Parts: sequence; C-alpha cells; structure tokens
Amino acid sequence: MIELHGIGKTFRKGREEVRAVAGVDLEIAPHSIVALIGPSGCGKSTLLNMIAGLYQPSEGQILYQGTHVADVNTNVGYMTQKDNLLPWRTVLDNVALPLELAGCPQPKRYEAARAMIRQVGLDGFEDKYSGELSGGMRKRACLARMLLYEPQALLLDEPFAALDAQLRIAMHDLLLRLWAANKQTILLVTHDLVEAITLADRVIVFSRRPARVTHEQLVDLPRPRDVAQVRFTGRFHEIYNAIWEKLREEYVEEKL
Amino acid sequence: MTASQTVTPKRSERAQPRATRKPLGDMGQPAMLGLQVLFGIALLVVWELSAGRLVDKFMISSPTDVVTRLWGWIASGTIYVHIWATIYATVIGFVIGAIAGVVGGLWLGLSPFLSRLLDPYIWAFNALPKVALAPLFILWFGLGINSKIALAAVLVVFLVFVNTFAGVREVDPDLVDSLRLMRAKRRQILTKVVLPSATSWIFVGLKTAVPYALIGTIIGEMIAANRGLGYLVQRSGAEFDTAGVFAALVVIAVLAVIFNEMVGRVQDRIQGWKVVSR
Repeated sequence: MIELHGIGKTFRKGREEVRAVAGVDLEIAPHSIVALIGPSGCGKSTLLNMIAGLYQPSEGQILYQGTHVADVNTNVGYMTQKDNLLPWRTVLDNVALPLELAGCPQPKRYEAARAMIRQVGLDGFEDKYSGELSGGMRKRACLARMLLYEPQALLLDEPFAALDAQLRIAMHDLLLRLWAANKQTILLVTHDLVEAITLADRVIVFSRRPARVTHEQLVDLPRPRDVAQVRFTGRFHEIYNAIWEKLREEYVEEKL
Repeated sequence: MTASQTVTPKRSERAQPRATRKPLGDMGQPAMLGLQVLFGIALLVVWELSAGRLVDKFMISSPTDVVTRLWGWIASGTIYVHIWATIYATVIGFVIGAIAGVVGGLWLGLSPFLSRLLDPYIWAFNALPKVALAPLFILWFGLGINSKIALAAVLVVFLVFVNTFAGVREVDPDLVDSLRLMRAKRRQILTKVVLPSATSWIFVGLKTAVPYALIGTIIGEMIAANRGLGYLVQRSGAEFDTAGVFAALVVIAVLAVIFNEMVGRVQDRIQGWKVVSR
C-alpha cells in the first residue's frame, strides 16, 4: 500500500519558485496497476521521485506500507524513460547488478540473471554492451534488471515513450504477463491514454502544474487483457471518452 | 624497398579513371605509412646534404654524425645508465603523481564542501609554472634522483587531478540514483558507477600527463644531476657537442613514443566496451 497525504513540492531555482505538485492525496492498493496521466511537465515524474524517496516532499507525507518514506525507498523498482544501464557492462552484468550489490556469488547471480533475461525475451544478447542494443532491447534489459531484485512495487515513468507502436504493444504484453506472475503494485506515468487504459485498473488524471488530481476513473476491463485487441472493445471506448473529456479541459486551458 | 612500396599505390590510383579519383586525404593506410617513411627519409637526406654545405655542422651536426655518436654510446655501454636514470625517475614520478591525482580528484569530486573550500588554492597552485619549483625540490630532496621524481610527480598530479575531478563531476546522477534504489552502499556506488564512468576522463589525464612526467624528469636532470638523458643533453651542449645533443634528443623522443604507446595499450584493454559501442 502506498499512501500520499497532502503532498506538495516546490522547487527553488535561484529566487524563482516553481510549484510542481500541490495537495495530492492518493492511495494505491497493493497488487494494482495505477496509471497517472496529465499534461507534460505537470509534475507526475516529481511525484514518482518522491515515492522512490529520491526527493523529499515540501509538504505532506508519503507512507509506504505504513512507514514514512524518509530516505531512498529500496522496496521499489524504478524505471524511467532513460534506460539507466551501465554502458561499460554487458547485458548479463547489468541485469545481474542488483544481486551483485547484495553480495550474491557470481554463478548464482548469473543463473538468475539468465533466467530473467529469457523471461523478457532477450536471450542471445547476454554478452552485448548496451550501446549495441536497440531501444526496445534496452527496455527489456532494464525491466529484467528491475524485476531481478523482486521489488514489491514498480514505478514506471513513461518507460515505453521512446518506442514505436508495435514494440510498445509487445512491451505492454510482456509487462502484463510478468505482472500476472508476480502481482507487484505498479504505478505508471504516461502521456498515452491508450497505454494507460490498456494496462491499468485505475487511471488518475492530473492537472497542469502544479499537479493536482482532477479526475479518477476505474478501468473495469476484464483480465487477462489482449493488449493488441482490447482497445477496439466498446467498454474501452466509453472509458477512453470519459477520461478524454477531463483531459481535454486541461489541455485546452494550457493553450489559452 | 620502402620507396617502391609507396610508388606502387600511387601509380594504381593514377591508372584509375578520372571520375573515381579520390582526394589525397582518403588514401589507404599502407600507402600513407609508406609516404610517411619516405618523408622522413627525405628529411634526413636534406639534413645530411645541407650539413657542412649550406649550414655549419657546428649548428646542426648531421645524421651520420648523430648515428655514429649514438652507436658509440651504445657500444661503450655508457648510455644505459642515463636511460635507466630517466626511465626510473619518469615512471616513479608518474606513478606517484597519478595515484595522488586520482585519489585527490575522487576525494574532492565526491565532497562538495572540500572542493569549494580548496577551489581558489588549487587553481592558484595550478597556475604556477611547476618547473619553477625545481630549485626548491633540489633543496628538499637533494641532487639525486628524488628531486627529479618530485618534479615529474608535481607536473603529473595536477593534470590527473583536474581530469579525475571533472570525470567524477560528470557522472550521470540518474545512474547513481538507480543504483541507490537497488540498495547499493556508498562504497559500491564508488566502485561500480563513479570509478568506471570516470575512467575515460582519468585516462585522458594520464595520457596527457605522460609527456609531462618526462619533461619534469629531463628538466630536473638539466638543472642539477650527474646522470640521466637531460644531463646528457646539458653536458653535450656545454661541450659544444651538437651531435651528442641530437643523439640524446633522439633517445628521449623514442622513450616518449614508447611511454605513450604503453598508456594507449592499457586504455584499450580496460575500455573494451567503448571500442565496441562506438
């Protein structure tokens, strides 16, 4: 369970103050997938950074399973738009990194890493450096690395934004299959409403900066979902239109 | 032999139709190597021919005289003590300077407080021509090899320090954050992210520092010494032995090339990932 109580965040750049997040209350149920959607630069990523404990909120409190997040939250896996693979390591060594940090002996961690690499469909590329991989492969490697240390919650910050449409569908499918097996809590920040509805149980719409929750929509599409087909169902469209109405208000205001 | 090698590719280029003629800069590597050798030989020939005819031999000596002098030193074995003294001081000075530079750079790079505190002093000291410290080192460390080591080390330490410092500052904070989320300890962040990511910077520092280690040693030897290649240059000059000066310079140049080559080799081995990913 992740709880956000009255979260606000103000950045200070010289004398200028930028209010990124204001008065956000949220409760994320365990094992659910929640999508956060809103205009770009509205402070959604800041919110994730605070849940990960990389930033401290200026106001309010974040509780992770009842305990206050005061330092880096090592119970979560964090995946950003940028793949943070170490370029001087091979895929295998990158994926095995979390176990290496935990002091796991090499044969054991390689075995676990190989199994995970197979799960994300990256087998055959274990000895490549990240510079030799395509964007999709790097995402898979990141996913494998993050899943290897078995975090209870995944924070995904536009993880698939840089991928093309087909690849994104493949990654959605992969993510949902992995989630069905492990049932982590997933918090997904995205721009893409289709992606949000396809994956999530709940979609939360944020306002322009400072980010506030303006709307919440339950996604009651049955699981398991066929990520390529679910977007053509009638219920999907109803949900899509309901959220889009709210989202459009934010975008229209932004233009004015 | 070399001459015929260089001429052949040139001719074949000429033989090609005019439309596919490539600019000279795109010439193949073997052809270029041949040309380079040819150019060197031409220089030597010009030097040899002009010595004693166009320019006084006292000024420029001549390649044959230089080779004879060099051969004389090698045959008598007197050169080796000088070469060894220079290599020893250069290598030890380089190693001391490099270690101090890397440690200092890492330390200050990781400590914002210390780096801000010491900043003006470091830059002031860096701006100082380090060669001017030579008399001080001779006072402190004596006329022997230690003052040369100190001079070489002091020239090396700043170059390595500045590059290491910049390398540590350039480390991607997102990489550090991602490791922190994976429960990395402080020491692990240093060894798994900061050090590897600063390596290419550190190597730039080490590579630029190699000639400076040699410069420090040679200058130290020229100021006060009884052995070393710098001393040899100095002594030959004082004896108006131009061929001796050139012969010593040749040996110094060969040493410099060997040192540079060695650092390049080490870097290639350590940074295999960079070669592959580019």
